[in-house]
Amino acid sequence: MGLFSLIRRVGRVAEPAPPHPAASAGPAALRGSLQLRHVDAGSCNGCEIEIGGCFSPVYDAERYGTRLVASPRHADGLLVTGVVTRNMERALRDTVAATPEPRVVIAVGDCARNQGEFAGGYGVVGAVGDVVDVDAEVAGCPPTPTEIIAVLRQVTGR
Amino acid sequence: MLSVSGVAGMVTQVVGVAAGAPLLVGWMRQVRARLEGRAGPGPAQPWRDLRKQLHKQNITPDGTTVVFAAAPVVLAGTSLVIAAIVPGVTTGSPLDRVGDLFAVVGVLLLGTVALALAGLDTGTAFGGMGASRVVTIAALVEPTILVAGVALSVPAHSSNLGRIVATTAADPGLVASPAAALAFAALAVVVVAETGRLPVDNPATHLELTMVHEAMILEYTGPRLALIEWAAAMRLTVLLTLLVNLFVPWGVAGAGAGPAGLLVGLGAVAFKVAALGTALAAAEVFLAKLRLFRVPELLAGSFLLGLLAATTSYFLTGPAG
Repeated sequence: MGLFSLIRRVGRVAEPAPPHPAASAGPAALRGSLQLRHVDAGSCNGCEIEIGGCFSPVYDAERYGTRLVASPRHADGLLVTGVVTRNMERALRDTVAATPEPRVVIAVGDCARNQGEFAGGYGVVGAVGDVVDVDAEVAGCPPTPTEIIAVLRQVTGR
Repeated sequence: MLSVSGVAGMVTQVVGVAAGAPLLVGWMRQVRARLEGRAGPGPAQPWRDLRKQLHKQNITPDGTTVVFAAAPVVLAGTSLVIAAIVPGVTTGSPLDRVGDLFAVVGVLLLGTVALALAGLDTGTAFGGMGASRVVTIAALVEPTILVAGVALSVPAHSSNLGRIVATTAADPGLVASPAAALAFAALAVVVVAETGRLPVDNPATHLELTMVHEAMILEYTGPRLALIEWAAAMRLTVLLTLLVNLFVPWGVAGAGAGPAGLLVGLGAVAFKVAALGTALAAAEVFLAKLRLFRVPELLAGSFLLGLLAATTSYFLTGPAG
């Protein structure tokens, strides 16, 4: 069994968890469990790669009680990346409306926070905060998985 | 027929399945996480998810009817009824008289159909797609459960689940018979298919086009979603209990057992189901999801094994004395 010996040889890949954060963002109902839906409002896919990295074995965001889900109806939090483009404005509003309360909207990356590189573009409506209410932000272009996970842990408190 | 021991055993079984099912799912995810090199969220995570879902808003999508609202309750109700019938802790359940294999398969199918109708009721493309897939799989799974069950019921001269388990416990040689081995292989495949595990369905997928079970429940929120996830965990637990106790029935309390017997029964079944769950989760690491159109081939194979098991069982047992 090649895979079995590989599992034994590699062992644990996840890096040790950073110190425990104080729960400071998001409603108390979401402590310990946060299901996330990712919305790409017009991103260059840099932030997507980093979000993918968060759930890789190395960073393992699932150990803090977060999980990516397939439907906004199942989600407690939306990870919104990129500037909001004209084509995605309506979709972003609908996705937020489809997410049951209590919910958190997290703007990931500089474009989502303040339009970043794409400020003033002809297809750009604005930053995420101009379209929907934002509860937490992650700075960086793109932010590292460590920075994204630090904000997620502030919501789950784990 | 209503004995104190039987009622106590049945209550222990239902409470044990209700409380233990999310822990089993969490444990299986934890086993997978460790084998993949991750740290994992711990076995209690599904309970944290359920507690949170109960405090969330309940959204009823526009255009849905009572079918959508009733399906989670029907699914959870049928799962609890099966948890009361299946001989897990004791064979002396007061529902033993209706504890027939055919009744259990029927009740199981009732929950499946309720959820499939709810998937259609939402009117979304994915809901209907998931419903059509789950019905395709169910149509191939149910006959296999019945045929494999017939193979097991021949030595006991009864299709009553309690009687089958008691007969096997009294005569351990039956487990080693070729009929039992074939029936075990057939039932293992159908349990995997019925509970939506790999290689038939991937419970961790985010890709709507590959979903089976998840596609039907995409529109559910909050408490209703919690009810469905809890019920799905209970179905997994109950089917694993049935599988393990039909073939390894030792430790199950007989009719009229005392509190100590029930406690031993609970410990034994919890250990056996956890061990089988660990094996299933570990096997899933080595498997990829089957293409949907290959799934009927897998299920047809398991039906053939079930048919062979039934035939072998008749030849080995001979006419009923």
